[in-house]
Amino acid sequence: MAAQNIKPLRDVVIGKYDQLRTRERVVLDIDGKEVGVYFEGDEVRAWLNVCPHGGGPVCQGKIMPRTVHNFLPGGKSGGLGHHESERNIVCPWHGYEFGILSGEHPIKSDVKLIAVPVRISDGDVILSV
Amino acid sequence: MTQKSDDGSSSAPEIKELEQIGRRSDTRDVLNHATHQAIAQYEDYFIVDIDAHVSEDQFWGEVLELIDNDVWKHIGLDQFGSFGGGNALLNLAPGLSQQSVGGRIGHQGRREPVEGVAGHPFVTAARRGMDALGLDYQVVFPSAMLVLGMHPQDEVEVVLARAFNRWLTEVVLPQDDRLKGLLYLPFNTPEVCEELVEKYKDDDNIIGFTVCSTRNNPVHSDVYSKLYSMIEATDKPLAFHSGYHWGDPSFAQLNRFLSMHALSFTHYNQIHVTNWIINAMPERFPKIKMLWVESGLAWIPFLAQRLDHEVLMRPSEAPGLTKLPSEYMREMWYTTQPMERTDLGMLEATMKFFNAETQLLYSSDWPHWDWDAPSTISNLPFLSEQAKRNILGLNAAKLFNLDATRKRPPAQQTLDERPGVS
Ligand code: FES
Repeated sequence: MAAQNIKPLRDVVIGKYDQLRTRERVVLDIDGKEVGVYFEGDEVRAWLNVCPHGGGPVCQGKIMPRTVHNFLPGGKSGGLGHHESERNIVCPWHGYEFGILSGEHPIKSDVKLIAVPVRISDGDVILSV
Repeated sequence: MTQKSDDGSSSAPEIKELEQIGRRSDTRDVLNHATHQAIAQYEDYFIVDIDAHVSEDQFWGEVLELIDNDVWKHIGLDQFGSFGGGNALLNLAPGLSQQSVGGRIGHQGRREPVEGVAGHPFVTAARRGMDALGLDYQVVFPSAMLVLGMHPQDEVEVVLARAFNRWLTEVVLPQDDRLKGLLYLPFNTPEVCEELVEKYKDDDNIIGFTVCSTRNNPVHSDVYSKLYSMIEATDKPLAFHSGYHWGDPSFAQLNRFLSMHALSFTHYNQIHVTNWIINAMPERFPKIKMLWVESGLAWIPFLAQRLDHEVLMRPSEAPGLTKLPSEYMREMWYTTQPMERTDLGMLEATMKFFNAETQLLYSSDWPHWDWDAPSTISNLPFLSEQAKRNILGLNAAKLFNLDATRKRPPAQQTLDERPGVS
């Protein structure tokens, strides 16, 4: 994670979509710029590997199901559970969590990851870095 | 995965894949971003970390071997070899130790890969952490003993205190001059505290004394008068290191680890500061240097205002005071971690309130789950350059009488040796 110079973005092919999507997540250092690329169903996202909390390597942590508090009728608590589909990126430094697809903290949505442009073209996964 | 981009030019990017970080990752990889922060923000600062832990539970067998009582040594080693393991003789409740948030934060309880490296593995792990964070000195403290003050058997606290202090001073500290220790005082047994202060007071690697705050002893009791006089005479600080205790009836009402943790870490030091001041201990031991560890900062203005408010109305209950509690509190020292920083305006007011520029000392608490990097201070927009330097190291050098010349290698050297693969 070297200091980021301001220079024009350029496209970098990081691999074939069909192969990478089986990986769920890859974290790459591209000339000192670190990016986590996530494959979730048919969606792809790329986030800068720098946590908004303290600059930690957020994309190198675990991927965990989002934890939910089940509410029952009458205001009763149904206890904790794992969300059936949503999963979070967990920063390994202190545990901040972010939705894989939204990049947002589950409680405070304006605490979020920085998106890196990513697209699939002719079967290639291309990052603009 | 390492590949070139397909643009074919000489400027093709170098692409390197980074691995997931977990319990067995090398500390220098986990902290790689902090090493970059060191280069960008504080490479020429002198930095002291007053509170770090490593994971001494891996070496607990070495501590148990040093117990000087045959019976407790036998029981400890027997437990160590069977169900007790790294918790042998201790009063931790493993099922309640939820610091890692279900394994999300892997460095809590980490296992450093040190195979093939010469020297004691504890020292290797500590040195990697110091180099990666950019620290000149680090004070290491036993995590597993933080709640030992609540152990129902005082004699166990005594034998473990004696053994741990031997392990620290004989095995760990002599191996690296950048590692320093605060002596563990078995505060439930004052006469043994006195014996240990006498024994270690001239050890240069022991730069102060620690009481683990999680306990129910009134700190103003006269049973400690001799101990405080002895510590005062050494000119070395007395630190109260806070902790948690889910067994406390008040905290037993709280159903989440975060709730209990948030409140209990400030609770014990608030009780001890209150007793210390209201009983006029700063007047009775005017030279003792008091340091309050691991309660964050937000509690300081809260408690000071509460006590000022009540002392003014009820002076007959604190007649030994010659000034307000807040004024005594501004003469004590505090460590930063876990520094509340979700509202920078509040943090700025807090730091101003107790003169953080001279009274605050950086602490990391590495590798615990809520640790703070030095960048938590160097990033603060409202602090002057001098205030940052003071908090990150110069205040500690003054308080602990440390040589404030640079001890650590250049951060770039750390990166060159270990560029961060995971
Ligand atoms: S740096 Fe990511 S949680 Fe703190």
